[in-house]
Amino acid sequence: MTALPPPSAKKLGLVIDLDTCVGCQACATSCKEWNTGGYSAPLSDFDPYGADPHGTWLNRVHSYETGDGDTSRTVHFPRSCLQCETPACVTVCPTGASYKRAEDGIVLVNPDTCIGCKLCSWACAYGAREYDYADGIMKKCTLCVDRIYNEHIPEEDRIPACVRACPTGARHFGDLGDIDSDVSRLVAARGGYDLLPEMGFKPVNKYLPPRPKRDASTSPLARSEMNASEPAHVTGSALEKLFAFADKLLTR
Amino acid sequence: MHPAYSVIVFTTLSGAGYGLLMTMAALALTRSIAPDTRLGVVGLGAAFVMIATGLLSSTAHLGRPLRAWRALSQWRTSWLSREGLASLVTFVPAGVFALGWIYFGTTSGIFGLTALLSIALALATVYCTAMIYQSLPTIRAWHQPIVTPIYCVLSLATGSLLAITVLRLFALERPVLVGISVALLVLAAVLKRIYWSTIDSAQRTYTVGAATGLGRFGDVRPLDPPHTQANYVMREMGYAIGRKHADKLRRITVWVGLLLPALLLAATLVMPPLPATTATLLAVVLCGFGVVTERWLFFAEAQHVVTLYYGAKSA
Repeated sequence: MTALPPPSAKKLGLVIDLDTCVGCQACATSCKEWNTGGYSAPLSDFDPYGADPHGTWLNRVHSYETGDGDTSRTVHFPRSCLQCETPACVTVCPTGASYKRAEDGIVLVNPDTCIGCKLCSWACAYGAREYDYADGIMKKCTLCVDRIYNEHIPEEDRIPACVRACPTGARHFGDLGDIDSDVSRLVAARGGYDLLPEMGFKPVNKYLPPRPKRDASTSPLARSEMNASEPAHVTGSALEKLFAFADKLLTR
Repeated sequence: MHPAYSVIVFTTLSGAGYGLLMTMAALALTRSIAPDTRLGVVGLGAAFVMIATGLLSSTAHLGRPLRAWRALSQWRTSWLSREGLASLVTFVPAGVFALGWIYFGTTSGIFGLTALLSIALALATVYCTAMIYQSLPTIRAWHQPIVTPIYCVLSLATGSLLAITVLRLFALERPVLVGISVALLVLAAVLKRIYWSTIDSAQRTYTVGAATGLGRFGDVRPLDPPHTQANYVMREMGYAIGRKHADKLRRITVWVGLLLPALLLAATLVMPPLPATTATLLAVVLCGFGVVTERWLFFAEAQHVVTLYYGAKSA
């Protein structure tokens, strides 16, 4: 059914920290590796070693530059399905293949009933759905639904593959419907925000903004550079004089 | 947006087919023409062939065409599903209406009722087609209230033009219908001009700053793309070739595709039968070309919000 279920208490999603993301693509490759063998299998690739390599990926990491001069910064920006609370991709689906799970809010595509009409990808503002040219159906982030409840894998692996792979801890997984969960606290503490909130799809996934830049006067790096011309820790003690003497002696 | 040929063929061909069906049903309802068997076979036959060809063509756009029947199930929320359902349901009264006209030689009584139902359902189908596009807030150029009237008027304009052609092939003259068709073609041209000035002046309120949330730090510029070659999202939603020639193609659509056929059609009112029929056929060709160009532009000119992630400043 493409009619949306009543809002679920549990809202599983990701919190992505743009302050610590280094744009290493580990989440994207880990996602591809897991999902090409999991629920979304296969995630087809075309012309991988040729002139026009392209394929189906559920997670894409962009890099942007913002600001100018001293205030400019590079921000790496992973983009995947935001598991919206009111996802238009689900309601436009003519077959009922797209659905939002009532129990945890995950948005999924049933690979057995999708007709590949691509309308859901038109309805999504975030480019989260990709058509698989070989499989003829739409693919999207499943929040690793085949990992997070999977009792056949060790408990520490029961998180999305992207979160498991992130070397800087920039990706967090949890219940954003629970205001006391770690992810909800993180969002509250860091001012987590929605992408394109004015579109009204109410994304569950949140992004944490890069922290303010340290200005030159408070940066430890900048301070040490400023003082680099002066010798450090000159106190004129007897021990220091001894070391200086030894230094002179040994330098000859 | 990528202009898929199957969808362009579908929306223009079945749109004209529904327009022809509506015109034939209206002619029967107003008792403007007698239910002649051969006229019924050619007129309604052409309408059915165009509708069916269009619908079949639309399944070519699907990744899994054999599953197309599943698209009839979600009419509660999906305009695409409603369209599929409406298109099939239309065949029921339209089929009975055609049966009355061709086999029983009557269009009154119960067959008159089916004519009325055919008009309502055909119009509903075209409306649903347009709503598939108009209901998407992610594409500003489509999310305009004028989109549905344009689809309906173009369907009726092309359909009535075809009906006049069929009547003239049977040496039947209906000047009132010619007048209505001319008015519909001019109305379509006016609506398209309004549409283009609306989308050109529409505020582009979605920005790359809001799409990434990084607008707070100043100007946001793409530095490294996530992939070296275009992916599905860029191929399907990032189509931009149409915008390069948009101005010329708009003028061609309005002048060559709509107003010139209207002028030709109006001129046929004072022409002898043979030149009139020839001019009508020429108008059909020009109008067909115009409507296909219009539909191609409708897709190619439309910018999707997701292009913000791929270098567009606003959408």
